[in-house]
Amino acid sequence: MATNTGQTIPDSDEPISSPPTGSEVLFDRIFRGFTRGCTWFIILLVIYIVVEIGGKAFPAMKEYGLSFLTSTTWDVNKGRFGILPEIWGTLYSSLLALIIGGFFGVTMAIFLTQDFLPHKLQMVFKNIVELLAAIPSVVYGLWGIFVLIPIIRPACDWMNAHLGWIPFFGTTLSGPGMLPAALVLSIMILPTVAAISQDSLLAIPPRVKEAAYGMGTTRWEAILRVMVPTAAHGIFGALVLGLGRALGETMALAMLVGNSNQISLSLFSPANTLAAMLALNFPEAGRNETQVLMYAAVILLLITLVVNVIGQVIITWASSERGSK
Amino acid sequence: MTQAELNLATTSDMVELPNLRRSLWDRRSLTSAGLSIGTWIAALVACVPLFSVLIMLIIRGGSKISLALFTELPPTAFEMGGGFGNAIVGTLVMVGIASILSVPLGITAAVFLSEFGPTTKIAEITRFCAKTLTGLPSILAGVFAYAAVVLVTGTYSAPAGGIALALLMVPTVILTAEESMKMVPRIMKDAAVGMGCTQTQVVWKVVLPTAMPGMITGVILAVARAAGETAPLLFTALFSNYWLIQGGKLEVMQPTASLAVLIYNFSGMPFENQIELAWAASLVLVFIVLVLNLVSRAIGERKI
Repeated sequence: MATNTGQTIPDSDEPISSPPTGSEVLFDRIFRGFTRGCTWFIILLVIYIVVEIGGKAFPAMKEYGLSFLTSTTWDVNKGRFGILPEIWGTLYSSLLALIIGGFFGVTMAIFLTQDFLPHKLQMVFKNIVELLAAIPSVVYGLWGIFVLIPIIRPACDWMNAHLGWIPFFGTTLSGPGMLPAALVLSIMILPTVAAISQDSLLAIPPRVKEAAYGMGTTRWEAILRVMVPTAAHGIFGALVLGLGRALGETMALAMLVGNSNQISLSLFSPANTLAAMLALNFPEAGRNETQVLMYAAVILLLITLVVNVIGQVIITWASSERGSK
Repeated sequence: MTQAELNLATTSDMVELPNLRRSLWDRRSLTSAGLSIGTWIAALVACVPLFSVLIMLIIRGGSKISLALFTELPPTAFEMGGGFGNAIVGTLVMVGIASILSVPLGITAAVFLSEFGPTTKIAEITRFCAKTLTGLPSILAGVFAYAAVVLVTGTYSAPAGGIALALLMVPTVILTAEESMKMVPRIMKDAAVGMGCTQTQVVWKVVLPTAMPGMITGVILAVARAAGETAPLLFTALFSNYWLIQGGKLEVMQPTASLAVLIYNFSGMPFENQIELAWAASLVLVFIVLVLNLVSRAIGERKI
């Protein structure tokens, strides 16, 4: 082999390629082992997070048991704790946000993928949606307090005065409350929903739409009867992941939801959520309350984990299903 | 239409072609147009919050911007003026700590996921863990860092905040790095192997340099996200009215200020001066985050 190379490239003694030397092979082994170790570290990290939070919560779990989830009082002095209002507030605010943010998010995804716009303008809108996601949640909270609440307050009071018999409008908006919190939350999940829905709409082969148009459908018949149903799994996954994001969002809610330990259907009454409660109570908590808050953190972890895993599974399933077709 | 009729129709020149044009006032056309207009309105409405936030930041925060903001300490209750120099330093230090921890770990793990064992069981589990971490509420990262660092070291500190932020950066770094390494063409790797490279050499000399723009994009996006996070810092780094550097040396094992927590704390105060500072701090924070986003986009686009 070496003589061969020597004949074709006479000036060079060395071949242009050579097998790895012993030290290179050794380094290869070590590096590969190291990268494998890093992946193990990620897995152990996730386990460690669960164990650490769960372990710290364990004394409180033993003491309060399941009644923690169904009790509504939170009294540090008497040592009685229950997070039913917070669970209610978390689910209620997230569902409201999902309805509003999901609607706008999916509409935005359709708007950006179904040839409504020339390419340049499409990029402008796409960037706007992405920038919406980039703004820190604490800034949205500040904006909510000083801009959004003053703007919506007259409308809310009018609705309470005239439609107060509907439970949703049963109280006045005295400042922070469920509606401003849910509105800001919906702004924050809109980019998530829009981005993932767009991916699944874009993954549909163009011939599907061409076939629909060829059958004589209008643009919206094609969108609503062909495109959206074809992308339905992906869009549903996007909504579930948006819900997951809403459930865990903290700062905007801590600043806007009102920190009130009550269960109410009214959109205008203050409420509380699990994440906001952690943010508001943790810094000043004593030893006993810290354990109880850890218990609440475990519940939040469980809820978001379940929702996110379901969302991931749906999206994986949707994309593999498309791949097999 | 039977086959005979069809034959007749095609052979005969007399037959009329069906009218393929839809009347503009047809019910179906109207529905379609109505929905299109509705979509336009919804899309424009969805853009309103962004512009409202940006305009308010410029109006209320911009009027306050001065050099003093960046060099002075936060004011106490009834004090006028002041700034948030220590909060900017704190944010930089904590995001720095988070990057040092998360970027090497994330990229190394991503190398395994994309190059050494993309289909192994452990890679699948790691990918799943990374995606699960993406959905981890940021407040829980704070709770974890509180339990694992603050309780152990006995003090609120910058490293505790940095670790909480690192936890939120890791999944973004892993997933974007893996994605951009997968984009490196297979033939380039094959060629390197054919030259007698070990797999490690392929990674260092071919895959990493080629995938670099994509990975940097991911890292910058993760940094931008971490810079704006508040919840993980609330009870890990807490807040401080003093400089991180005292008496000429950097003391990190103490409560540390950050821009995000400053905005949160000051927004709830009944003093006009503090609220003005919160707006100015928001402007600075959003400016940093948007610049990072634009930079990452510029790098990401050069790749293609």
